[in-house]
Amino acid sequence: MMARGEMARRSLLPLTVVVACVVSLAAQQRPDRSKPPALGPAPSLHLPAIQKRTLSNGLPVWVMEAHKVPLAQVNLVVMAGSGDDPSGKFGVANLTAAMLDEGAGSRSSLEIADAIDYLGADLTTASNSDASAVRLNVPVARLRDALPIMADVALRPTFPQQDLERLRQERLTALLQARNDPSALAPLAFARVLYGTMHRYGTGQQGTETTLKAFTRQDLVAFHDAMYQPSSAMLIVVGDITADGVMPLLEQQFGSWKATTPSRRTLVPRAPQPPQTEITIVDVPMAEQSQIRVGLVGVARSTPDYFPLQVLNTILGGSFTSRLNQNLREQHGYTYGASSRFDMRLSPGPFLAGAGVQTDKTAESLTEFFKELNGILAPIDAQELSRAKNYVALGLPAEFETIADLAAHLEELAIYTLPGDYFQTYVSNIQAVTAAAVQKAAATYIQPKKLAVVVVGDRKVIEPRIRALNLGPIRFMTVDQVLGS
Amino acid sequence: MRRTIILALVLLAAPLSAQAPAPPTAVPAKLEVPYRLFTLANGLTVILHQDRSVPIVAVNIWYHVGSANEHRGRTGFAHLFEHLMFEGSKNVKEGEFDNLLEAAGGNNNGSTTNDRTNYVIDVPSNALELALYLESDRMGYLLDAMSPERVNGQRDVVKNERRQSYENRPYGMAEIELDQLLWPENHPYSWPTIGSMEDLTAASYEDVVAFFKKYYAPNNASLVIAGDIDLDRTQALVHKWFDEVPRGKPVEPVAPPAALLTTVTRKTMTDDQARLPRVYLAWITPRMFAPGDAALDVVSSVLAGGKNSRLYKRLVYDTQMAQDVSAFQQSGALGSEFTIVATARPGKSVTDIQKVIDEEMDRLRKEPPQPREVERAVNQIEANFYRGMERVGGFEGKANQLNAYYTAGGGPDYFAEDLARYTSLSPSDVQAAAIGWLPADRRVELIVEPEAQK
Repeated sequence: MMARGEMARRSLLPLTVVVACVVSLAAQQRPDRSKPPALGPAPSLHLPAIQKRTLSNGLPVWVMEAHKVPLAQVNLVVMAGSGDDPSGKFGVANLTAAMLDEGAGSRSSLEIADAIDYLGADLTTASNSDASAVRLNVPVARLRDALPIMADVALRPTFPQQDLERLRQERLTALLQARNDPSALAPLAFARVLYGTMHRYGTGQQGTETTLKAFTRQDLVAFHDAMYQPSSAMLIVVGDITADGVMPLLEQQFGSWKATTPSRRTLVPRAPQPPQTEITIVDVPMAEQSQIRVGLVGVARSTPDYFPLQVLNTILGGSFTSRLNQNLREQHGYTYGASSRFDMRLSPGPFLAGAGVQTDKTAESLTEFFKELNGILAPIDAQELSRAKNYVALGLPAEFETIADLAAHLEELAIYTLPGDYFQTYVSNIQAVTAAAVQKAAATYIQPKKLAVVVVGDRKVIEPRIRALNLGPIRFMTVDQVLGS
Repeated sequence: MRRTIILALVLLAAPLSAQAPAPPTAVPAKLEVPYRLFTLANGLTVILHQDRSVPIVAVNIWYHVGSANEHRGRTGFAHLFEHLMFEGSKNVKEGEFDNLLEAAGGNNNGSTTNDRTNYVIDVPSNALELALYLESDRMGYLLDAMSPERVNGQRDVVKNERRQSYENRPYGMAEIELDQLLWPENHPYSWPTIGSMEDLTAASYEDVVAFFKKYYAPNNASLVIAGDIDLDRTQALVHKWFDEVPRGKPVEPVAPPAALLTTVTRKTMTDDQARLPRVYLAWITPRMFAPGDAALDVVSSVLAGGKNSRLYKRLVYDTQMAQDVSAFQQSGALGSEFTIVATARPGKSVTDIQKVIDEEMDRLRKEPPQPREVERAVNQIEANFYRGMERVGGFEGKANQLNAYYTAGGGPDYFAEDLARYTSLSPSDVQAAAIGWLPADRRVELIVEPEAQK
């Protein structure tokens, strides 16, 4: 059952038995509310060890035991994503991943879904800029039944032509649906403005109408053959298993996977920064809100400034008390929420701040975005700094509750080749960030005179007042330019 | 649709062995969430549950008031009020609620439905007392800090929430329209929890004062604390911070008018953000946990859960007349709503899609589903119970589910009984639910047409 009519504060958003009625201190004096209770020492998170094994074909296996719930999570990660899409074939990595479970081994798309659903399992295939993955979550008692299907899906997809046509039409239709939806258009328009049509990061993961129409079955087969190799893949297993118990099962299903030709990947090149601040308006007539995105080219995940940037972004737009949210939501009421983030990939992804704001406050909102993006360059108040560091560092344990969360964090370690003690040292690395380091990071990475600004909204209402702000040149982008090749 | 939750028993999970072949459907049968329940002298019900696997604590409070307690002219008020609960109280200055929790590494949120308002605070376990201090201060002393300015500030935020979720989202307004068509005009489920723009404008500071006094008393709330806690110490802390909050007057239960569809209601509306036509079919169905509620969850799965479900396979997979189809039972305390939604592919007709839906509904009414269709649905539901045992906090963790079960009138640890509602279903139970609750001649049919494109 789904609860009726739920609205959350934020997005990102009988018969009872009295078992005990022990301590009744009702008569005691009232508590002291003049100041918040002091906090004791923060607890530390003790993660189970990562047990590193290898299958006979060299495929690395990381195992983490978590015995709380009788479930197992098995992720096969392939180090190939849309960053590896060849020029002219933007979207092939994503479509390849999406097609993996549409026919594999001896099973059809429907047979795979029936078998997996019947086991109460969850099998997903996905791809982002940097990697692709097949992920299985299953009651541990049924792991043995589900693994062979997962292995077929990852290693032996058949890419049936009729299923390819179905997915192609589904994706083309989704692009059509995005045309009137400001919140779907805004991220695509921003990527297009910042990176252009030629750079891989300038086009959505799924590609464009043109590339989607052109993909052949052979394109997918070729991408899978070239990039899905045991030499550039690994298995992550988390849950109610033991390493010794699970290894024979993995060996049976994945141990005979042989490399054909070694795959090579070339990193997406770093994109240049915008030469100057420029506003791009995408017209969606009658929109009740304008979707704003402001930003520039950010950093790669390998940046040495990772920890100062986490703290910086928390202060600017990465938490509820962040400056952008406090200003645009709490102080002005222009939006339901404003935020920012550094999208870190193998190559520098965007830094972007954004919000959906009411149409008649679009220009005012832009003014406030610029105020905060300039303001973050000034020295940071000690209390604000301390709050942000604690929020990031002390909130870490909550990210490790489920086996899917644990496996996702292990994927991050593997894809970005982070040190083995990364999570053990995470808290001290955050706590070591100084005000000077945050200020230096802001000066380096937030450049208010070189911002790409995208506004998706009702042009005839918003343009005159945006123009009057004199933030920079204004240009217009059609929806075809946002979504096209 | 099910979003249920389960608990994990450390004891019954035998580590996987490479030797023992697993039986095809051998999931541990027992779900158990031990808890301690007590009631303060002021009427506050408290439920404690210990789970020390991660050093965090979830503090989850439900006030038993939602948009169903509103009246026309002030729709959206329960949710607007929820926003005001974060704006400070007598001893917590404006902004400090969030500042203090973030400085402790915590997160918080709140949500409002037709039937209840909940607040969640998730903190590292050393900050439990801070969370209780904040939660009790706004329960006891919210009005000392309330002002018309604060109401105005959150009024603007909520109006933008409405724009983002409804006006500026394709098909957003259809969801509001559907409830208006389905429920009688004076039934509280006929208006949206977010409220109308006019009513949000009309909400006043005086309304806030009256609403708080009427509904935000300890005797109209239940508090769950789950996670890395010591039970005795936590119980003592609850007494320390909540005992002094005075009891309020008893709250009268909502007495809705009868809601019964007697005919087919049809409407067509246009949406300037939609590109494709969409059809909604909706029925009034049994309330949460009443006979038929669980069977209708399984009906939704047989119809539209997964690629092999009847409607997905015919509409999306085989004929590709539809871009998507979904079916779900939205359960409420006063009644539920079963909805089927399908979006046409470009050039396809929603009339033809509706014909297919009707054929499949007829088939389900005429003969029970195959046993495998029901088993497939129930196995997925069962696995989701276990997935729900992994988290203590947030809107979907154990703390919230304990509160949900308690509020619905079962014991807080109703997990196994809830699962049994599904595992005991036979194919003919599923058929009976379709016959009894989803008739072709008593329902709402709403069609959304895109505005002509330039």
